[in-house]
Amino acid sequence: MAREPLINIILFALFPVTAGVAMVLDEPFIITLMTKAAILALAGVGLNIALGLGGLVSFGHAAFFGIGGYAMGVLASHAQSYTPIMETPILIEGTKSMLVIWGVAVVAAALAALLIGVLSLRTTGVYFIMITLAFGQMLYYFAISWPAYGGEDGLSIYIRNDFPGLNTLDPIQFFAIAFTVLAAVLFIAGRLAKAPFGLALSAARQNPERVETVGVAPFRLRLVAFIISGAVTGLAGALFADLNRFVSPTMFSWQTSGEIMIFVILGGVGRLFGPVAGAALFILLEHVLGGLSDFWHVYLGLLLLLVVLFARGGLIGTLAGKETAHD
Amino acid sequence: MSLILLIEQVLNGIQFGVMLFLMAAGLTLIFGVMGLINLAHGSLYMVGAFAAAAVAGWTGSFALALIAALAAAAAAGALVELLVIRRLYDRDHLDQVLATFALILIFSEGTRYIFGSFPLFLDIPAALSGPVLLPGGILYPLYRLVIIAVGLLVAAGLFVLIAKTRIGIQIRAGEADREMIAALGVDISKLYTLVFALGAALAGLAGALVGAIQSVQVGMGEPVLILAFVVIVIGGIGSIKGALIGALLVGLTDTLGGALLPTLFATFMEPSSANTIGSAVASMAIYILMAGVLLFKPSGLFGAT
Repeated sequence: MAREPLINIILFALFPVTAGVAMVLDEPFIITLMTKAAILALAGVGLNIALGLGGLVSFGHAAFFGIGGYAMGVLASHAQSYTPIMETPILIEGTKSMLVIWGVAVVAAALAALLIGVLSLRTTGVYFIMITLAFGQMLYYFAISWPAYGGEDGLSIYIRNDFPGLNTLDPIQFFAIAFTVLAAVLFIAGRLAKAPFGLALSAARQNPERVETVGVAPFRLRLVAFIISGAVTGLAGALFADLNRFVSPTMFSWQTSGEIMIFVILGGVGRLFGPVAGAALFILLEHVLGGLSDFWHVYLGLLLLLVVLFARGGLIGTLAGKETAHD
Repeated sequence: MSLILLIEQVLNGIQFGVMLFLMAAGLTLIFGVMGLINLAHGSLYMVGAFAAAAVAGWTGSFALALIAALAAAAAAGALVELLVIRRLYDRDHLDQVLATFALILIFSEGTRYIFGSFPLFLDIPAALSGPVLLPGGILYPLYRLVIIAVGLLVAAGLFVLIAKTRIGIQIRAGEADREMIAALGVDISKLYTLVFALGAALAGLAGALVGAIQSVQVGMGEPVLILAFVVIVIGGIGSIKGALIGALLVGLTDTLGGALLPTLFATFMEPSSANTIGSAVASMAIYILMAGVLLFKPSGLFGAT
């Protein structure tokens, strides 16, 4: 049996097992850490669709993460204060329903990705990296200077949103929600990579001229990939905001874009479970190194540097050896 | 808005633009010659500012502080190039972005470790402080005029360096065809280190000059770095001329946008919402400018297509 699927299964099982053990030992903090890892992994899985499959180096995925976060923040804050979002021409009220919030987050992020994608995909290479970064920054500064939803201070939501039949404030139940969403999205992303769409997208990354010659337009493939990618990261943003019960412009910052990219690279670009491994490792490092030293970012930086310079397949690539799975 | 205020804002915009040019010139040279995206350029700016603040606090001399900033940033740049950056020239942009992102983490936390989290202050030297009277009765801070002058001098120096000197010829040749100039016997790796150190020194100079009008603190480099990227993308990556024009455009757009847009919006809106919307749009103005430029010229104003 190839090693990579085995690694993936172990890695994936690690999440519920760790959370389960933590519940038995009564360590809610560990459960929350695993929840955070699962949500960040979801954001990475989103970026990986654009980056790994499509070869689109987006340095602005914080835009979608933040839009998801603010979708939650805006809807829940209106529900919290019993004020409608708008009254004319139709009455729109806030909501505390997680499912509705997810829907709004996904649609809003997808629309933003459509808009940003249509404009950005006209450029390639370093210009694409920079224009996506610019759109992220645009939203960041907008969030800071727009006072209606907290401006620079962000928005606090006092009670986590509702999910039918579950108590979302119980750490293990909220973990179960986040983990299930991650599992579902991983399943869909895995199917997508092997579907005709994913294969065409991969081909467009490897050799755009050839793909064009056989009558497939790379632009449309990339745009659709970018939209799906943004929507998934937006969903992660809504969950992340719910985890913290807080949204702030930091979600839009370029450091957030960089971190989501780090999850993908640490784990291994273009590998389905790469972001999962990367986010888990990141959270582990943050917890372990952060406990050892206040200056743990130095070690994170060194580690990241070593991975980029010497371990080119990321964590999964290193563990799984030479074989490549998704190329 | 009165004319005097407008002229002051234009001067502020030019000063900001000139400072951005010092950053952007290094970035665009490094990208043009080596094909490298260097996110850690903002860290070199920070290194310059900290070196200047430390030496000024130590000796009390602003001139020594500037020399220290140039030397420290150039040394840090050369060191980083030798240890890390030269392994990245053949890699794709993604690896470069990540490795230099890692360098930012190391530089920022390392600086925090050495100097602590509190900002340092660098005073404007007595000879350059205070306002001067410009023609038309405008009082303007002398130090800001000095920054404009230094920036324009550096720009002129760079043009001469690139256009007239032997190094400049090698740099241009390296941009055009690196295998060929290596084959002609130019030590390309030494040239790369030199260009990187030069870019770093310019960033350090910018950091030291700005350090005297803002506080010197960890993380001061990143906002400027992003703006410098916006500048080189607008100007066209690899073009010094593009960097200069892009820097002035961005500096003026940002400063004048902040000053004028709220007033402009007030002509057709209620004052309170005009202020809100005006300043929100102003904070996004340069990114809107960049997106607009890229829509019509996908490789910048002066970029090679």
